[in-house]
Parts: sequence; C-alpha cells; structure tokens
Amino acid sequence: MDKENKAGFLWLLKMAWRDGKASYGKLLLFVFSITLGVAAVVSVQSFSRLLKENIAQQSKELLGADFLIESDKPVNEKVQGIIDSLGGADAREINFLSMASFPGNEGTKLLEVRGVETGFPFYGDLETEPTAAVNSFRKGEALVDATTMLQFGLKAGDSIKLGAITLPIAGALETVPGSTSVFGAIAPPVLIPLEYIDATGLIQTGSRIDYKYYFQSDENQDLEMLNDELGPILDAEQADLDTHLSEARRMGRRYENFGKFLNLVGFIALLLGCVGIASGMGIYVQMKLKSIAVLKCLGASKKQSYLIFFIQIACMGIVGGLLGTLFGYLLQQLFPVLLGDLIPVEVGITLSLQSILLGLSLGLAMSVLFALYPLMKTLYVSPLEALRVVQENRSRSKLAITAVGFGIVLFVFSFSFWLLGNFQRSLFFVVGLLLVYLILTGIANLFMWLLKKFFPHSWGFIARQSLKNLFRPQNQTLVLVLAIGIGTFLISTLYFTKDMLLEKAAIEDRANSANMILMDIQTQQVDAVAKTIESSGIPVIDKIPIVTMRVESIKGRPVNEIRSDSTSQVNRWILNHEFRVTYRDSMINSERLLHGEWVSNVEKNADIPISISNDFANMAKVTVGDPVAFNVQGRIMNTEVRSIREVDWSRLQPNFSIVFPAGVLENAPQFGVMTTRTNSDEGSAKLQQQLVREFPNVSILDLKRILSLLEEILGKIGWVINFMAFFSIFVGVAVLMGAIYSSKHQRVKQGALLRTLGAKGAQILKMIAIEYAILGFLGAFMGVLLAVLGSSLLAWMLFETTFAPSSIPFLIILPAITLLVFALGVGNSIGIVRNSPLAVLKKEKE
Amino acid sequence: MSKILKVENLSKTYRSGDHDLHVLNKVSFEVNSGETFAIVGPSGSGKTTLLGLCAGLDTTDEGAIWLCGQNLVDLDEDGRALLRNQNVGFVFQDFQLLPTLTAVENVVVPLELRGVKKAMDQGKELLAKVGLADRASHYPSQLSGGEQQRVALARAFANQPSILFADEPTGNLDDETGTKIEQLLFDLNKEQGTALVIVTHDLELAQKTDKSIRLRSGKIEETIG
Repeated sequence: MDKENKAGFLWLLKMAWRDGKASYGKLLLFVFSITLGVAAVVSVQSFSRLLKENIAQQSKELLGADFLIESDKPVNEKVQGIIDSLGGADAREINFLSMASFPGNEGTKLLEVRGVETGFPFYGDLETEPTAAVNSFRKGEALVDATTMLQFGLKAGDSIKLGAITLPIAGALETVPGSTSVFGAIAPPVLIPLEYIDATGLIQTGSRIDYKYYFQSDENQDLEMLNDELGPILDAEQADLDTHLSEARRMGRRYENFGKFLNLVGFIALLLGCVGIASGMGIYVQMKLKSIAVLKCLGASKKQSYLIFFIQIACMGIVGGLLGTLFGYLLQQLFPVLLGDLIPVEVGITLSLQSILLGLSLGLAMSVLFALYPLMKTLYVSPLEALRVVQENRSRSKLAITAVGFGIVLFVFSFSFWLLGNFQRSLFFVVGLLLVYLILTGIANLFMWLLKKFFPHSWGFIARQSLKNLFRPQNQTLVLVLAIGIGTFLISTLYFTKDMLLEKAAIEDRANSANMILMDIQTQQVDAVAKTIESSGIPVIDKIPIVTMRVESIKGRPVNEIRSDSTSQVNRWILNHEFRVTYRDSMINSERLLHGEWVSNVEKNADIPISISNDFANMAKVTVGDPVAFNVQGRIMNTEVRSIREVDWSRLQPNFSIVFPAGVLENAPQFGVMTTRTNSDEGSAKLQQQLVREFPNVSILDLKRILSLLEEILGKIGWVINFMAFFSIFVGVAVLMGAIYSSKHQRVKQGALLRTLGAKGAQILKMIAIEYAILGFLGAFMGVLLAVLGSSLLAWMLFETTFAPSSIPFLIILPAITLLVFALGVGNSIGIVRNSPLAVLKKEKE
Repeated sequence: MSKILKVENLSKTYRSGDHDLHVLNKVSFEVNSGETFAIVGPSGSGKTTLLGLCAGLDTTDEGAIWLCGQNLVDLDEDGRALLRNQNVGFVFQDFQLLPTLTAVENVVVPLELRGVKKAMDQGKELLAKVGLADRASHYPSQLSGGEQQRVALARAFANQPSILFADEPTGNLDDETGTKIEQLLFDLNKEQGTALVIVTHDLELAQKTDKSIRLRSGKIEETIG
C-alpha cells in the first residue's frame, strides 16, 4: 500500500491559497511586519551600495584628476625628478588653513586657502555663482565658499583679505573637487590663483602647508601599477601618491562605517518583524489546530497538513519581501534629502535585481525560519481532536526544536556578520539579543509564578479576573512581554547609543576651559599675541610650544630600513608623518598614565625621556624602555620611551602623541599655540578681528563655532538615525498590533461568556484594560531597563566612556508604549461590548 | 456478507492527573458491509473513544481492530490517514467543516486527496444531491446548522467510502432538521452500500439501524440485532 494519498504539490498550493484567502485579515499584519522589516534593510543596503558605486564612478570628479602627488613640505629633488619623469604636473596647488577677513564688514573666518593653477580641475566642475566667475577668478580674484558668502552677506565684487593681500571676490563657490563637506563646514574653501599664494606671506615656519601636483593620464595607464611602483619611493621622501581609485576606496570606507551603523538599525527593524512573525504565528497556528485535525481525519498526512501552512507562510514571506523591496526603493529616495551635503556625490536611486533578490530572500528566510517553531505544532495534532478536546500533549521533537533554534541564531549571526563584517561584534550582537530574550522569558515566567503564589484573593472581582488572565492557560503574558520587551529594548538602546555618540562629540563647557585656540604663532610673536589678548581683558589660559619633527629610527632601526622591510608591523604613518611635539613638565586633564613613569626633568648623560600616546605605541610597536630617535629639523635627538599615556582625542583641545620633558626643546625652531576663553560672541569676534589684523598668519579655531557646526553635522546624521529608529518603532507598533490582534481571540470568547453570565460591558473593558496596562508596563519597563544595562556595556566596552542614561526613554518611551499596548488592547476589544454576546461568539466561531 | 469492521477485546486507558481512567474494557463487535450499526450509551460511557479508535484516530492499548481488512495496529499515523481517505467517511456532531473553505471546497477535499480529476464538478453534484447546489460558494459561517451538516454529509460520501462513522450527527440540530439529516444519511447508505456506524444518545435513531450495542462504563452492556 502506498504510504500517502495521491494529492500532489498543486493540491497543497490550492489548499494554502483557499485557507489563506479566507484568513487574509489575520495574515495581513504578518505581511506588514515583513514588509517594513525588509524595507528598512533593503533601503539602507541598497543606498549604501549605490553610494559606493557612485563614488567609484565619480572618483575622478572627486579628485579632479587621475592622480596626484602630495607632500606637506616643498618637494625635494628626488620627488621633483619623479614628477618630471611623469611629464610634469598638469596643474599644481598649494593649500593651508588661514584666517581671512572681509574688509567690507569686519568679519573674520578660518578658511582653507587653495591656490590652484589653471587647468584644475580636469574632471568635474567648479560650480560658481555667477557662472562666469569660474573664469574671472583666474585673473587674480577669489572664489569664496557659497555658505560663507551667505553667512557674511558677501557678494561678487566685495573683497577678501588673506594675509598680506586683498583680492576682489569673483563669486560664490558652490562645489569644488577635493573639498569635503564635513571638513568644509569648519574651514570652508577659498580658491585663488596659485601665483598669489606667495604674496599672502602666510607660508611661514610651522604653517601646515599642503603641496599638490595633479596629473591627467591616458585611459590605458594602469594606475594601480603606478601606485605600486612609485608609492614606496614617494613614501621614503615623505610624499604620497593618490589615484582617483584609492581616493574612491578611502571615501567609500568612510561612508561604509556610517552605512554599517544604519544597516544595523535596519536589521533591528527586521528583527522586530521577526518577533512579530514568531508571536503572531504561534497564535495563528493555535487557531488552525482544529482544522488540521479535521484534515487528518479526512486522510491528509502529517507532512501534507504541515506543508499547507508552510507554503502559506513562505508565500507571505515572498509577498512581504517584494512589497518590502518596493517600499525600500521608495524610502531610499528620502536618504539624499535627509543627508543633504553630507554625501559627496549625487546618488541616482535605481531598483536593482540585487535589491529584489535581497528583499525576496530576506522575506522568505525571516518568515519561514521564525514560523518553523510554531508550525511544528501541526505535526503533533491528533486527528482525535476533531471529535473532542484532547489533553494537550504535543511533545515536539527536541532535535527539531534545537535545529530550529540553531537555524534562527545562525541566521541572525550570519546576517549581522554580513552587515558588520566583524566576527566579534556580530557575536556580541547575537549573544546580547539572546540574553535579552532569555531574561525577558525568565521575567515573564517569574512574574506569573509570583502572581500565582501571592495572589491577592481579597481584591475585587474585576481586578482578580484581570490578574488571573495573566497566568491562566492560554495566557498571552510570555508572548506579549517578549514582543513588547524586545521592541522597547531595541528602540531605547538606539536612543541611548545616539545620545552617547552626540555626548562624546560635545566639549565640556566649564567656566575655566578654553573655547578659542590660536595656532601657528611664531616664536617672536608669542609675547605680542599674549599682550593683544590680555589687553582685551581676556586671559591667556595656556601657551603651548610646538616643535615639528619626524621619526628617524625605532629601536635602533632607521625608518628607511623599516620601510623596505615588508614584514614590518610598524604603521607607515609613523614613518612618514611630521609630528607636532610639545614639551612640558606635567600631564594635562585629557591624559592618563597607562605604563611607566612620567619624567618631568632631563637626566644628564642619558637618552631624553619622552612620553608617548598608546596609539603611537601601538602603531610604532614600541613600549616603555624602547629607544626612538627623532629628526628635529636636521638634528637627531635620541630619546627613550619612559611612559605611555591614554589621550582623550575627542576633547576639543590641543593633544599630543609625543611629549618631551622641559629643558630640551626650548631652543629648537618652534611655533606656539595659545588657548583662551572669551565670554561673549561679540568679544570673540572683536578679538578675532584684531588678531587677524595684527597677526595675519595666526589661525584661530573658535571652538564654540566648531561645536555648533559639529552639532549641526551630527544633527543631520542624527536625523537619519532617528528616521531609521522611527522605522523600527513603526515596525514595533505593527508587531504589537499583530500580537495583540491575534491574542484578542483568547479574550473575546471569555468576555462574551462573562457578558452572558451578566457582566456589564464596562466591567469587561476594565478587566481587559488592566491586563493590557500591566503587560504593556511590564514589557516596556523591562525593555528600557535592559537597554540601560546594554548601553552601559556598550559605553564601557565600545565607546570607553561612562554612561548616564537620559530620562527620555523612562519619561517618554515607557509611558508611550504602555499607553499604546493599552489602547490597542482595549480598542481591539470594544467589539465585545458593542455587539451582543451571541453575535460575538458566532463571529469567533467563524 | 464481508466484515468491514471487526473489533476484538478492545481496551483503552487514559491517564487523568495521577490516576488511570479505564475508558474501554474488552469491547468486541463486528460490522458487515452495507450494514447500519449504532453505539448508544450515557455520557462518559466511552462511545466517542470507541468511534475514534475504530476510525484509526487514536491507538489502542489492548485488543485489535480490523478496518477494511487492515489491522490498524500495523499502520502508523500516515498509513491510517491513507486508509481513512480511501475507505472512511466522517460526520461529526459539530459538523467540523473547515471554516476557511467554501462549501464545495470542503466537499472536494477527500476527492482531491485521492487525486480525482474534475473534483469540483463532482463536488457540485454531491452538493446538489443534498439540496445545496446554490450554496456551493458559501463559507460555513454563512450556512445554517442543518446546511452545514448537509455539506458534511456530502463531504463524508464524496469518496464513496466503505464505512462511514457518524458522531451524534443530529445532536446539534433541531428535531425537524435532525430528521431530514437522518433520512439523508440512510438514503446515501442505501444508495452507495456504505456501512454506517453511528454514535448517538437518540434511541429512536438507534432503533432504525440493523444492529446496535449499548455501552456503560466502557463495557458492552447489551447487543441488539
């Protein structure tokens, strides 16, 4: 005898469709959960990919040339030889930061002065207003950043003073290759013809000057090979070769990190969708058990009755995946608007096959995987249930449960790994979620146990009934506490993380901390600058001397030897960078001693004891006791690492990788940095005007202004984060609606029966209201509490900062979610009160 | 006449809390092809359990059941399902139509499980036979109790079963509708030669069958016919 009847796959499809079309109302919410989850991931994923592709496509326009050679000092003969051998540069540029003043309105601002030769850029355009300004500036005028023009009320024809020269402004500069918007917000660009740079008189000792040589190449030239050939030679001469390809890679990486974070937020929305599927599907399958028993009575096999619902769920996943992809495509259109000029290229939004496949596979995977466990129940339904109520004894196979659990964990891990590209972080993410799941399950069970154990028998009928509903058979406590708890946890953690990111960027605005930094002060100017500051009634907080130097040898090995050693672990930056070093006899508040001892005095007949930052130590592969020699403008100084410090680079104040003790560098060629504190914007503007007038080479960093710019930039990023977080919240709400909608069937019958027995509508609504308010509060409170714990761990392990939780999640998210659960629960149940008990019972039977 | 159902020394015990509940105790009887057979007895006497065991919906503790010549003990759950699909029809007290399927879709399920072509046409014919041709596309919730039971009858006879098990088929219906359903049941039995096993409280209905047994506390108290 055959083991199975003759109904094939087509019949299964037919049955899945027949049952599905009659249950579409219940399935719609699951499709909605999948759609939103998939939309979140697809939109972020696809946008990140498009951004990367567009950066690669527009890399020449970003650089303005095919490749360039750059150096932070005038090139030596060897580098010049290389430039000549390449046919000479097609255009040159010299750029540096400097204060500019606008004689027309007394305004001053730190700008990036870019002296460029005719021809630049070879790709991309200088967009100016008026358009003709792009040509007229070549004749000895300046193109000033458009935002700066607007800020100072400047127009074409006004003038700008840069050091010793004053130039007419040709027009506003809208875009220029090579200027990034983030940096441009702090020091916006001003373009002048290269030949006017010398006349500014701003190129002096200590000035941070960048020399660039732009090249156009044949289309056939292999730039990667050129980079491989010339890169190491130029490295040795403290110069760099950047091709448009490496520029695109570098820029791509920068946006990749931001993309990764957004992807994670999208993934959280997806996981919330999964929670919705798992909780809703459990209740959905429960409602189908009788039908499954009847099907088995009629001769359907275990596999067939399982597959009917499996197919239904898979189809739901496919529909949700497709809708999600489409919605994600629409959502992407908003990203360029939200991010504004933070993205370096124009991104054309397209719907790619890759996105469709991603959406489909995600929809399918999340629906099937998270429905597998509840679906297993169908396998163990006895056909006897069609005849009478059977005592529930559906022992599911332990192996199958383990396999499904493992599959879910593997899915979450693989997907996080794909998004984050980091094994450890993905593991941390998965273990974190697993812990939250376990803790919430434990809390829900503990809550039910405590309620049963200490049940308030003396309370009134309504309160007792509500509380009993929380632990009776077929209660929804576990499912809802899990759904609400995980949702709230994810939303609150996102909120706290965003807070931490913004907090980390902020400066401490203490009464005596500096809010203005003056840089590039020549030794002979130090006293005069200090006098100017003090004569304005403003204190000089700190005078910091700076000496520039390069590393000559590490542990006795000359840098050139290390450079040619392909096995060396020493970072190239250490070997090539010109360090700005200070000397002092004590540590400052942004530093903490990690190893060794701080030496404030020089010892005779011994190497100079220096202190290095832990970043320098890691990159240079040195530790306490190791010798490091420096080339201080031609003179070799032998030093010994005596201490390693942790430096908080996020503080907006002068910080140093290398600190010498007092008494060594005092006579070396040096320049100074001064910090001061102005109490008003007006005082600050006045001082800046005076300083620019008297000391045009001195650059001024107005920390207050930088902070507000940083806040503006972070605000924009925060917008996108908030937007995605809002999306997660939206999915969370859909999940809640799904879970509550499904769970209401448990309560409707009971409510109608109670009404039949004489309970008033208001009494029933009160019972339901109390039950949902308790569930909402318990889930949301646990979610926020776990988010505080999770964020504290993140603060400690990832951000290395202390975490003071904001009260917003407690004051807004917690009551809002409690209220939402309450409103959804009560709203769903109003039908019980409005209609007659008989009508309700009849409808429920359907 | 060949035996379509043979029950021999059948016992069944359920565990209820911390004690055993002996629901059936050494029950034996036989049903021949085309015969009508009633199982009567008070509530809790084991009628429905016996019906479930005879139809292979549950497994026995002791004894043997031969259904359509197959010893049910030799079959696993899917094997018993296949046997039901090929040889058995069911009518339940509360109709047990699939709520998400229309009347005709309910009727064709057993036919489609057997791989019958043009099942829909046959389904509509069957519905016409029970007087519901115009209700084919209605969902169970849109039908009255009597109409639902007629759909259930059409479904039960769809695959021309050798034996039909009916659990209180008129228990949820008013007298008039109940009588009509009874009549339909016996007409179809005669027309198709299907053996009929009915569990009922209704002694009048039991008297209309060829044979009957009365159960009390899991034991056969009386055999009639």
